[in-house]
Amino acid sequence: MSTKNIMIVGVGGQGSLLASRILGAAAMESGYDVKVSEVHGMSQRGGSVVTYVRYGNEVASPVICEGEADVILSFEKLEAARWLPYLKIGGTIVTALQEINPMPVIIGAASYPDEIVEKITALGVDIIAEDAQAIAREAGSERASNVALIGLAAHVLGFDPQVLRNAVESCVPAKAKEVNLKAFDTAQKKVG
Amino acid sequence: MRKIMLGNEAVARGLFEAGVHFISSYPGTPSTEITEFAAKYDEMYAEWAPNEKVAFEAAYGAAIGGGRAFCAMKHVGLNVAADPLFVSGYTGINGGFVIGVADDPGMHSSQNEQDSRHYAIAAKLPMVEPADSRECKEFTALAYDFSEKFDTPFILRLTTRVSHSSCPVEMEERKNIAVRDYTKNIAKNVMMPANARKRHVVVEDHLKALTEFAYDCPFNRIERNGATLGIITAGNCYNYAKEVFGNGADYLKLGLVNPLSEKLIREFCEGLEQIIVIEELDGVIEDFVRKLGIDVVGKNVLPNIGEFSQDLLRKYLLGEEADSSMIADEVPARPPVLCPGCPHRGTFYTLKKLGVTVYGDIGCYTLGAVAPLGAMDTTLCMGASISALHGFNKVRGEESKSVAVIGDSTFMHSGMTGLVNIVYNGGFSTVLILDNSITGMTGHQENPLTGKTLKGTPAPFISLEKICSALGVAEEHIKVVDPADMKKLEATIKEELACDTPSVIICRRPCALLKGVERKPALTVDSDKCRGCTACMKIGCPAISMIETEKGRKAVVDSAMCVGCGLCKNMCAFNAFEG
Repeated sequence: MSTKNIMIVGVGGQGSLLASRILGAAAMESGYDVKVSEVHGMSQRGGSVVTYVRYGNEVASPVICEGEADVILSFEKLEAARWLPYLKIGGTIVTALQEINPMPVIIGAASYPDEIVEKITALGVDIIAEDAQAIAREAGSERASNVALIGLAAHVLGFDPQVLRNAVESCVPAKAKEVNLKAFDTAQKKVG
Repeated sequence: MRKIMLGNEAVARGLFEAGVHFISSYPGTPSTEITEFAAKYDEMYAEWAPNEKVAFEAAYGAAIGGGRAFCAMKHVGLNVAADPLFVSGYTGINGGFVIGVADDPGMHSSQNEQDSRHYAIAAKLPMVEPADSRECKEFTALAYDFSEKFDTPFILRLTTRVSHSSCPVEMEERKNIAVRDYTKNIAKNVMMPANARKRHVVVEDHLKALTEFAYDCPFNRIERNGATLGIITAGNCYNYAKEVFGNGADYLKLGLVNPLSEKLIREFCEGLEQIIVIEELDGVIEDFVRKLGIDVVGKNVLPNIGEFSQDLLRKYLLGEEADSSMIADEVPARPPVLCPGCPHRGTFYTLKKLGVTVYGDIGCYTLGAVAPLGAMDTTLCMGASISALHGFNKVRGEESKSVAVIGDSTFMHSGMTGLVNIVYNGGFSTVLILDNSITGMTGHQENPLTGKTLKGTPAPFISLEKICSALGVAEEHIKVVDPADMKKLEATIKEELACDTPSVIICRRPCALLKGVERKPALTVDSDKCRGCTACMKIGCPAISMIETEKGRKAVVDSAMCVGCGLCKNMCAFNAFEG
């Protein structure tokens, strides 16, 4: 198969590293070559962060460029708008509804764009916008939002859903397993 | 067994498998995790040193002592360790010695973008560069065998993208390597002129032997696809090139990036119609190839600034642009900021309020330069806050209202010598040491002041106050303040600025992200009391924003982000913050 490109975008500290680990594990379990590229250091202090996951028969580059992503998982709406140019024409963007104001907005030097989801939809882009935080909260902890997001995208990530679910189970800490699986299942049913 | 590993984790695995005995490093993005992962293996000794020069020399000492040794640092750390680096090739080693250095093309987390390959050339040392995690492990382990064979330190060059990308890596067993015998050898190991003159000849001989080795060594490979286009590349650039040109080009994939083999390059180029050299930052390989009289496409087309990608190669080499969608609105930038509850926030707010010139340093607190705080005048390199402030004050005179701001770990790294200079040469500068009890920006590493080692064992208590006192700062001018107490902090800074002797203010409060630091309930805003004056916005807390309500413009606190530090309470004249 040709290489599948998945991006995870959000705000430093939102837990994108766990999400990428889950996708990496699912890719390896499915017998694919996989490369994951993540951001450490200064951006993690509340900056815009991006993680790339690429899998397929043989993966060369660890990064994803403009117009290449099959799927973008976004933890935050503004980040969905920021990274939209990276989506392949015909790709799917899955975004949580959370809004976190960046410093230029906080100090009044810029404004947070309104109706981001509607504007992306109007471009003809395939978008799934759901309250991942609420799904996670109902499952027992808002910290499972990242797994809820993966559940929402389960049908477009290209994995056997059971393999993906197993990857969630093997990557999250034992004590958080139940909550995360519940968040995954609820999210998956919501879309599938 | 296969495991998905970060490049840095794979280097640590390579150290383990190569039977390495001793590791000493100073943290620096993107190199930090090598040493953190290495420390998890009980079979290897690993430590954080106060700076890269100390780490290098400790590892060098271990290698002379017969152990297999390693040290890791970021690219600018190699500047600090350059002094011993240049001479280590003269003495050679005993046990294998590898120096890991991680460059940061694109400056994801650095103050400059230097290319460490120049160090290998200047110090006449062999340098290997892996392209992914698999090679990180393989090259690291191989480097030890050849370090011992050629009796020379090897440099392992990484870049951010290789250090922080992961792919499946096959794990092998640890080799059982004994610590070698140590024999005293003054002519070889004591570098004074008479001995060094003889050893320089040996260095040149080693380089000749390594150049011959470069022709058919296991680090380099030629991939023939029957193409007319040839690509010479190294490191992660190989992956970008494969992504764009696939099997439509022949490749000379260099793993040993110094020294280069003229014979290998000539053989590769033979019969090819066009040669492209693809390398990030400087045209180091390109210059070598051009000197052989071979015409190439390189930095005449490709940038020598920033990080590469497949997209960049398509754009510059093929003239292709990506097809994509975007919304019409301007998307505001999201720069990194000081975290909610960060102990540095109050300090920078106070400095800005006092209108003081601030000589900054390297760490999370460099973010004190970002709006709305904007409380920093300069940032150069580790330790420069204190030493540069001294020069600033000497030319501007005692009227200069200025301070140096430096973190606890950075002070131990290279701040102490600057403070000695101020005391020794009759300076009058005021130094703020922001002691947050951890090395913060690189992701929470222990340091000599935290009371714990890299392996998590207790370390002796070293007192910052006593160090400053021993360096000659009068005890009455060494003050300790909690930066959350902004009134006291302001008064103390004013007091010390007014006096004409060296002074140190230790702003002591642990990093808000540290485990065990109490997270209090989030504050709320009483919208009846809030007048929408925006005074609270001046501290640049990401948890506070202004929103339009039925009662007008009011401040709100994001309850998920707020850690209840209460700094905003100090800012509000109307007591609108509750909690």
